[in-house]
Amino acid sequence: MDWSLPAWSDYTVRNVVLGTAWIGIVSGSLGCLALLRRQSLLGDVVSHATLPGVVLAFLLWQTREMGVLMMGAAVAGLAATLFIVLIDGHARIRRDGAMGTALALFFGTGVFLLSMTKNMPTAQKAGLSKFIFGQAAALVASDVQVLLWTGLPLLLILVTLWKEFKLVAFDPDFAINVGLPVKGLELLITGLMVTTIVMGLQAVGVILMSALLIAPAAAARQWTHRIGHMVPIAAGIGAISSVAGAAVSTLGPHIPTGPVIVLCLSGVTVFSLLLGRERGLIWRWFKTRHSQSLMQEEGVLDTLQTLWIQHGRTRHGHSLEVIQLARPGRGNLRSVLERLQAAGLVQTEMDGTWSLTDEGAMIQSETLGSRSK
Amino acid sequence: MNENSMARVALEVNDLTVAYEDKPVLWDIDLHVPAGVLMAIVGPNGAGKSTLIKAILGLKKPVAGTVRVFGRRVQEQRKLIGYVPQRSSVDWDFPTSVGDAVLMGAYGQMGWIRRPRPLHRQKTMDSLEKVGMADLADRQISELSGGQQQRVFLARALIQSADIYFMDEPFQGVDATTEKAIVEVLRNLQAEGKTVVVVHHDLQTVREYFDWLTLLNLRKIASGPMTLTLTEINLHQAYGTPVVGNGLPAQ
Amino acid sequence: MSALEFEILLIALVVGVTCALPGCFLVLRRMSMLTDAISHTVLLGIVMAFLIVSQYDHPLLMLGAAGVGLLTVVLIELLIRTRLVKEDAAIGITFPALFSLGVLLISLLARDAHLDEHTVFQGDLVYAVFERFRIGEWALGPLALWKLTGILILNATLIVVFFKELKISTFDPDLALALGFPPVLLHYGLVALTSVTAVGAFDAVGSILVLGFMIVPPVTASLLTDSLSRMIWLSLGISVLGAAAGFWIATMVDASIGGAMTLAMAGVFGVVLLAAPQKGLVAATLRQRHQKLTFAIRMLSIHLFQHLDTGPEGEENRVDHLQMHLAWPVPFANRILRMAQDQGLVEIRDGTWVHLTEQGKMLARSSLTA
Repeated sequence: MDWSLPAWSDYTVRNVVLGTAWIGIVSGSLGCLALLRRQSLLGDVVSHATLPGVVLAFLLWQTREMGVLMMGAAVAGLAATLFIVLIDGHARIRRDGAMGTALALFFGTGVFLLSMTKNMPTAQKAGLSKFIFGQAAALVASDVQVLLWTGLPLLLILVTLWKEFKLVAFDPDFAINVGLPVKGLELLITGLMVTTIVMGLQAVGVILMSALLIAPAAAARQWTHRIGHMVPIAAGIGAISSVAGAAVSTLGPHIPTGPVIVLCLSGVTVFSLLLGRERGLIWRWFKTRHSQSLMQEEGVLDTLQTLWIQHGRTRHGHSLEVIQLARPGRGNLRSVLERLQAAGLVQTEMDGTWSLTDEGAMIQSETLGSRSK
Repeated sequence: MNENSMARVALEVNDLTVAYEDKPVLWDIDLHVPAGVLMAIVGPNGAGKSTLIKAILGLKKPVAGTVRVFGRRVQEQRKLIGYVPQRSSVDWDFPTSVGDAVLMGAYGQMGWIRRPRPLHRQKTMDSLEKVGMADLADRQISELSGGQQQRVFLARALIQSADIYFMDEPFQGVDATTEKAIVEVLRNLQAEGKTVVVVHHDLQTVREYFDWLTLLNLRKIASGPMTLTLTEINLHQAYGTPVVGNGLPAQ
Repeated sequence: MSALEFEILLIALVVGVTCALPGCFLVLRRMSMLTDAISHTVLLGIVMAFLIVSQYDHPLLMLGAAGVGLLTVVLIELLIRTRLVKEDAAIGITFPALFSLGVLLISLLARDAHLDEHTVFQGDLVYAVFERFRIGEWALGPLALWKLTGILILNATLIVVFFKELKISTFDPDLALALGFPPVLLHYGLVALTSVTAVGAFDAVGSILVLGFMIVPPVTASLLTDSLSRMIWLSLGISVLGAAAGFWIATMVDASIGGAMTLAMAGVFGVVLLAAPQKGLVAATLRQRHQKLTFAIRMLSIHLFQHLDTGPEGEENRVDHLQMHLAWPVPFANRILRMAQDQGLVEIRDGTWVHLTEQGKMLARSSLTA
């Protein structure tokens, strides 16, 4: 296996890198809207539902021209969205049931249509399976051009209507009140999402496309509290993961691009969930632990001070058992006392009991947290 | 309230009927609210108070009836209307800052495509100042307490510099500081000649905070100056329970 | 019909029925999209178990799948609990990761096995028939049929035995807890059962089409009835119908049987959605139109009632003002007036004044106090 990086001048490599990076950028950016509007699952339904559109376009026009297949995919994706709107809430069909039904019926129809192509020449079908399973490595110059011209308007619209989209995502009722045509904007956002999904099919395929839409946004969310920063971060994560996935898949003959890209994305997402600035689970764990031990220290100090007052404010040693009975909370008492000892607030007596130092008797327990140790 | 503002009708609702599916929640509401009053909408739970505001603002389509704000349809008067929705209506984990959330109130004035200018930033700070939150402008909204969230919504409405404000339960579950801040804002708005319509649930404070009252329970029980409408008979009709001496229905 | 075709049809029917059983509870518990996730991720379980035992028909595959199904749901629930992502995103990032891992493992390590993208996608009923179940010398029909029948019996038994518990925990989890059936246990039990069913149906219809067999018949049945037990019977009927019709379509046009079965179910769903007696779109539209009229009549009487104190000759009660105030178009207003007159709720005097009768006042009063 050749591990050296292929030269940028290599025509094929350049197309693949450009194409996948662009797909990552567009879906990462638009995915932020989908994530914040809680439409992740709708994205999943739409991406599965594009299948019959792609196959039908292929069957009708007997072509593997990318523009035609993308058009078919978009029509099917929009149809599935309409289908959900039609049956959601009707006669107590729940939203999730509506989405599951749409996904299953559209995808099943796609599988049915797909099986009708089995008597067609293989060369023709190759273009089709590129769409369905996603083969970024097969992107050629004309594909990249189509992708560029599809994605560019999407990003332009996102930038131009940025503040309107932001308000619609945050508080649609208020958006109506300031005079925005919210229904129209919501429709537009759905249209953008469907188009983004259609674009991304070629990188990861119909089954996994929703991940390319949602995961970069979910990961980016962990690094910032500003939606304005979230979009470029998500675009970056999308681009890097897509290119990395496509690159890895060229290392062996049987490595599928889509799953590798999704696994790269999942890795970034897990990393972000654990280590994301401010929200990261690991930081949260440390913080909880710190505040727990602080509370234990406060509790023990309070107890000792109460005992100190009861003993006429004189130095008096207390056994672990006594303190344990009197103090609130749980946790290893000895280690709490040792921490307080290190801070110079308690001391051990000759007989192994514990008493307050002069400083420990005077200090307010609430100020423990602000004391530098 | 001077003669001049009395003459202007801020809000006129005629025969407004609203239903959810086939279940009516408001029957045939008529309201005539003069400009410059602080009006509370009061009624028991499920009386349709929030629905009334939503229907007036066009957020909920009525089955019948008309609404006029300063003589015209609501759709034509958006720039004159400020709105404070219920706090629970949005996701407070949304990635945005206090200042940014308040600035959203000015999007209507900015027009399409335009970006916020320094003028809008200044207005944002002014509005935050009015609700006592100027120092929290850069805070992420998920870190706010309930009362602070409410004040953000209030500031967002103030930046709209509207003539009539609709507030949906602004006093619901807020701390004393916030309650005081809201009351002060209400007083200032009235001093500027604005009209304010507030969905309220606390009968104990209604007389103190407001000068106009609409009692609601599926239909309009009464609407008018506080002194004329806050009567035991009306309260009894609205709440359907005997009313104790201090004007509170026995619960 | 050849013996082989008959066997294929039989398998298709059993798949449909086996999936619809847990499907009813999945739909009612709003777990449709969670089912979608599970139907994708069981693939990982199958692959991992396959890599361990190197055998395609092994009980371990079932266990692996059930394990991964549970893992999927647990991961999603943990993610939601961190509050770092919302529920929809938690599902949307978990299952593609596990599914991708499954596909990657197949591509790298199990390419020669009967596990490729094609099978994942649409399954292969025809292939399923060729694996025969043998005991010593005797061939006892297709193995898939035996396997699926086993799962069917498992599903049916568990659902019959735990029917009451499942029902209560679906409609009122708090009550279930109070009565001593832990809803959590039932929840994960259902997830495990769903995963096992998904694996069983995998040969026949592929990983993703399983969702259709689990979700569509129950959703369709829910349009026809409100009773749980009737819903279960109806979904069984619908899946049998879908499977049979799908099989027929597939043989006619020589297409994927799984795909054709979904197509047939789409047809059934479409017909039921339109024509269901109570909840169909047609019935609902008719009912809404009727409701609009009766509602308008009530509204008219309330309007007149509210304005009683302005005197019978108050301007609100003039025929032409009614149209204006209630913002009704003239023909509609006239129609409502006529209907109200026919029902004895109003009287029109001198052709101009509308007067509310005692009966009308009663209707208004009862509406206002409701």
